[in-house]
Amino acid sequence: MYIKISRFVGIFLFAAAIWGHPALIAAGLPQATQASAQYGDCEASPVGDAIVTASIGDASTLIPILASDSSSAEICGLVYNGLIRYDKDLNLEGELAESWEIKDEGLVIIFHLRKGVKWHDGEPFTARDVEFTYLKLIDPNVKTPYSGDFERVKSLEVLDDHTVKVTYKEPFSPGLSSWGMGIMPRHLLEKEDLGSTKYSRNPVGTGPYRFKEWKTGEKIVLTSNPDYYEGRPFINRYIYRIIPDQATTFLELQTQGVDQIGLTPLQYSRQTDTPFFRKNYRKYRYPSFGYTYMGLNLRDAKFSDARVRLALDHAIDKDEIITGVLLGLGRISTGPFPPESWACNKDIKPVPYDPAKAKELLKEAGWEDHDGDGILDKNGQKFRFTIMTNQGNDPRKTASEIIQRRLKDVGIEAEVRIIEWATFLSEFIDKGKFEAVIMGWSLSRDPDCYDIWHSSKTRPGEFNFIGYKNEEVDRLLLEGRREYSQEKRREIYNRINRLIFDDHPYIFLFVPDALPIVHGRFKGIVPAPAGIGYNFIKWYVPKEEQRYTRW
Amino acid sequence: MVNYIARRLIGMVPVLIGITLITFFVIHLSPGKPTRLQAEMSPKISLEAREKLDKLYGLDKPVYIQYWEWVKRLARFDLGKSFVDDRPVSQKIGERIPVTITINVLSLALIFLAAVPIGITSAVREGSAYDRISTVFVFIGFAMPTFWLALLLMNLFGVHLGWLPVSGIKSIDFEDYNLLEKLADLAVHLALPVFVSAFVGLAGISRYMRTSMLEVLNKDFVRTARAKGLPERQVIYKHALKNALLPIVTIMGLSVPGLIGGSVIFESIYAIPGMGKLFYDSVMARDYPVIMGVLFIGAILTLIGNLVADVIYACVDPRIRVTGR
Repeated sequence: MYIKISRFVGIFLFAAAIWGHPALIAAGLPQATQASAQYGDCEASPVGDAIVTASIGDASTLIPILASDSSSAEICGLVYNGLIRYDKDLNLEGELAESWEIKDEGLVIIFHLRKGVKWHDGEPFTARDVEFTYLKLIDPNVKTPYSGDFERVKSLEVLDDHTVKVTYKEPFSPGLSSWGMGIMPRHLLEKEDLGSTKYSRNPVGTGPYRFKEWKTGEKIVLTSNPDYYEGRPFINRYIYRIIPDQATTFLELQTQGVDQIGLTPLQYSRQTDTPFFRKNYRKYRYPSFGYTYMGLNLRDAKFSDARVRLALDHAIDKDEIITGVLLGLGRISTGPFPPESWACNKDIKPVPYDPAKAKELLKEAGWEDHDGDGILDKNGQKFRFTIMTNQGNDPRKTASEIIQRRLKDVGIEAEVRIIEWATFLSEFIDKGKFEAVIMGWSLSRDPDCYDIWHSSKTRPGEFNFIGYKNEEVDRLLLEGRREYSQEKRREIYNRINRLIFDDHPYIFLFVPDALPIVHGRFKGIVPAPAGIGYNFIKWYVPKEEQRYTRW
Repeated sequence: MVNYIARRLIGMVPVLIGITLITFFVIHLSPGKPTRLQAEMSPKISLEAREKLDKLYGLDKPVYIQYWEWVKRLARFDLGKSFVDDRPVSQKIGERIPVTITINVLSLALIFLAAVPIGITSAVREGSAYDRISTVFVFIGFAMPTFWLALLLMNLFGVHLGWLPVSGIKSIDFEDYNLLEKLADLAVHLALPVFVSAFVGLAGISRYMRTSMLEVLNKDFVRTARAKGLPERQVIYKHALKNALLPIVTIMGLSVPGLIGGSVIFESIYAIPGMGKLFYDSVMARDYPVIMGVLFIGAILTLIGNLVADVIYACVDPRIRVTGR
């Protein structure tokens, strides 16, 4: 599972939210399986116009295996293709690979590559490019953060120009989706140092859009690729404007200076509820691939008791948080998988808000108010702890304040502490010096979450920082990685979902909705489980409504 | 004179070393590693991969060795490469400086054009209603939060009136414009940022001007000029102003290093890719080479600014030259 704690989850502003998860290079831009609905067939849809997107941050490099920030990944997703990607219903489908076979019980994957695909400079795309990309991914001198999944590959053989055979050291099903990594052109990059090559700011890919220009800190411009293998995108230009300030972005939206952004809940339900926005823009709403949680440090004596953790879950009113923080634009999270995923166990019901039950459980665990000061105590220790979260994320801050208030009702004193992101990670998370934290994970399509829940991943800097350990979960996580059949994996991950939920290592809080807004002149947008960005190349603007015709 | 300048230049070396030494260590003291932040917190990016990155960037070595390597590169006029995108620091700074300097020069010019007359007129009419109103006016500018004023003006001129663009420095189709259209486009984009930064900077200069003018107006030679029967206009603008301007010229000299500095808040709001944003982002990403590069250039400019000011003083006042200060 591609998961990422982002300090912005819950801020919603970056347009990237529209494309599903931005750093999910694997998703790329899935094709629309049918031609644009309203306009009949593709030929009839008018070509032209530009779409202006706003982002709070600039890209850093347009070499896909080096791109680790969301802006770079988003641009790379339009310029490059992976071998495979997720379709609108979140199933894997071929992109540069026409099809693939899994052999030897998952040890071998054979990719049959699409023929006749051309790089933006006209050179043909072949299996050598795939090999080249793989070799760069495992090259110790390349500054790629993505080597992990590819180091499990034993060998990669080029069988012929359009066939690649990948052999794994052991079966590794999440590895399949890692081949959604953008494939790089060997003929251009072979002799280049990937870090300093001119192509990192002037990329050549096979994707639906070609790179045109990049003005640092200002904008990145892409133009449609007329030779794209799925057909030329209808929108001529893609303009990625960098606007670091949220308020400015919204003012730009009011002057129609940007065409699409991700809204905050407040903007969605109040500020865009005006005749101007109803006339000129369309809003969309669907669950995002991420959740916000309160993580408990299980090494802490207070939280090592499962009854206490369940009591906390009962004491916190999740609905209230969703109303207060998201203005109702979200749903309760019931575990580590997003509600849309097949891995999510649909039988799990959220723990109901029940302070009386919470008090009862705490009493059972020995926490009672002996001295009558309103705060529970046990062996002379008062039930006090600090909830930490990172600076710059208001939804998390507000959620911690609501939680603080509810915990007080059951006799627990919580203090809220907001810390700058870098310090938060290195001084508190990595060193395990925290009691409770409010954070979020952005998820991707493959449910593998070994790195977050396996008991071996607790070294400083690893992701099971709360110190969770459940032997059955450990075993199932390994099993899920070895299994390719979705049916069997569904069972495994549904069980993992159940086990983790019942252990309450996290208090699962909410899954926020993605709230993109797109200018009304763009037609052909069909919301699906994957969001709205999957058929971007089929979006179009009727001739008479086109705005950017100077070309 | 040459001797004096040479002495001062040599004296700058230890100061410069001190500045870089302190900044380098202070920056490395702040918690958080660039490689950790680059990867945000994605389990796809394993601990081993991050350790590999540390090694490639030389972050696994002790800080004093990292400093020594930075100095060695600097000796070859190489500021190193950014950790974020592997581009040369000099190039990253180079592409940001023009826009920052343009805005700063324009707003500084605007400040002087407005502040000097305000200062003079309110000094001449000291204590009058005009003096008080102008004082209140410049202090409103001084006290007003930049971001707030900026947003209000954007809302008024950009959204409601639609006269000016909301943000950015160029239109989307800028490259296709002819020269005249380009200039007009830049002008409308820069109007608000330049006005806002000038408005908030008005107070300082106009107050200096007023004080210095008041001082001069009480001098004997002004009384003499008036006694000669010269017209008041000539007394003020010819005799008094010349003398009153001296401290203002000094302030202008001191604002030279400030020309390459930008404000983060301001640049973020107007989506201007300037130095302030570059520096802020670098600090947030713990991009040590860029941080050091910006600070180093700033330090050099400050030292040079001081030197130039001192040299001018030395020309004017021989006592400084003789004692070597």
